[in-house]
Amino acid sequence: MKQNNEIELLHQQYITSLRREKIWVRFYQILIFIVFFAGWEVASQNKWIDPLIFSSPSKVGGLLKDKVLDGSLFVDLGYTVTETVFGFLLGTLLGTLLAAILWWSPRLSNILDPYLVILNSMPKVALGPILIVALGPNMTSIIMMGILVSVIITTITVYTSFKNVDPNYLKVLKTFGATRYQLFKEAILPASFPTIISTLKVNVGLSWVGVIVGEFLVSTRGLGYMIIYGFQVFNFTLVLLSLVVIAIFATIMYQLVALLEKILIKNGST
Amino acid sequence: MVFLKIDGIHHTYFTKNSATTALSDISLEVREGEFVSFLGPSGCGKTTLLSIIAGLIRPTEGTVSLENQPVHKLNNQIGYMLQQDYLFPWKSIKENILLGLKISNSLTEEKEQYAFNLLEQMGLGGFETQYPSQLSGGMRQRVALVRTLATEPKLLMLDEPFSALDFQTKLKLEDLVSDTLKTFGKTAILVTHDIGEAIAMSDRIFLFSPRPGRLHKTFEVPEQLKNLAPFQARNHEAYPELFQSIWKELENIEAK
Repeated sequence: MKQNNEIELLHQQYITSLRREKIWVRFYQILIFIVFFAGWEVASQNKWIDPLIFSSPSKVGGLLKDKVLDGSLFVDLGYTVTETVFGFLLGTLLGTLLAAILWWSPRLSNILDPYLVILNSMPKVALGPILIVALGPNMTSIIMMGILVSVIITTITVYTSFKNVDPNYLKVLKTFGATRYQLFKEAILPASFPTIISTLKVNVGLSWVGVIVGEFLVSTRGLGYMIIYGFQVFNFTLVLLSLVVIAIFATIMYQLVALLEKILIKNGST
Repeated sequence: MVFLKIDGIHHTYFTKNSATTALSDISLEVREGEFVSFLGPSGCGKTTLLSIIAGLIRPTEGTVSLENQPVHKLNNQIGYMLQQDYLFPWKSIKENILLGLKISNSLTEEKEQYAFNLLEQMGLGGFETQYPSQLSGGMRQRVALVRTLATEPKLLMLDEPFSALDFQTKLKLEDLVSDTLKTFGKTAILVTHDIGEAIAMSDRIFLFSPRPGRLHKTFEVPEQLKNLAPFQARNHEAYPELFQSIWKELENIEAK
């Protein structure tokens, strides 16, 4: 009985030490946040850094308030988020579709192999000017940029995952007389599901790059436009504000996809 | 009546740098309801032969026919069980056992019920909604057996189905499989490298020699062992004698 109590006590101590560690980690995380923004503010106020270039948190905050109140921030944000969401969803979907076509025809996959390598090594944003001339300076060409940066790497990653599915699963299906379509639907695609979801996560980041660069080039609206406009009129408070908003929303989007991953994978494999 | 006829099988695998002959001049026959074993050291092409019988690969030469029909034209007459269970982890037990029926578009309520009954007989009733990861190795292999039997194949092929299990589970499953197959009067081919397992489970044993795979010798299991459950057969007085003679043949093969 006495031993039981002792174990209970040790367990309590262990839990307390875990909790304490967690509190310390959180404390330092918040400390870095405060020191960074307070340091920035103080340095800017005292002109240790050029306030014209580096602005200050209070100025960025003030501009944020103005832009939220007159609603103009939401217009730009809405465009950019819509473009990014379409970009990474379509990029992932299209990449998976291309991977399926490559899996379907090994000969086609052999033929296209060097072209995929070239397309993958090429910086896709360099295609921006051509896209904009071809499709017009509008949302379509920006979404295309978001798709372009993610589609080839998705194709390659997902196709590799298709090829690495344990052949014995296919053997089981073949003994039941499965067609190639059934092999794909029952084994290849579901087995690669975790890879596709994790590609989605990478593509969120890639699509932000494509969309922001697209908005730089098109220069009519969106957070990318805010940056390029702020740069041209030398209003770096505006530039920094868009950076902060991009950081926040890119994180939110990434977390949402991570959440989606958790839900889907849980249903799929346990 | 000849049920399964394997006639003059040669098989060569080609790669860029080599041509490897896996099987050479294999001819044998299996009667309906018979349980036979393919025994031999690794590299004797047992699994290749099973794949040929299942119609998964076409042999370079020779024919395989089941009830006078060439096997590559048959659909779902042959069940195949692999070394590991290969249950699909993202499918529930129910989806797994009905997979074969679904693939062949022959899923009826009656056949679904048949599969559930089989699961019940295997002592796994009530596990339908669980996922494979929640089951132990022995249970999973039993589910795999149900999945194979659910399509009511005429011929069942077992490719070392017990080799990934611990010894105790293996002995229990041997009894269960042997009993189930006898009840349904299924014809079965077991591939194994375990002499004891081959004697305990089968009516006839085909011994193969390696490189290239050839049929070396055929052993008839004594009548008194055939009718016993595998576990009892292992304890019968006729068992060690056959074990010894197969052991000697294997030694001969290796000495060559």
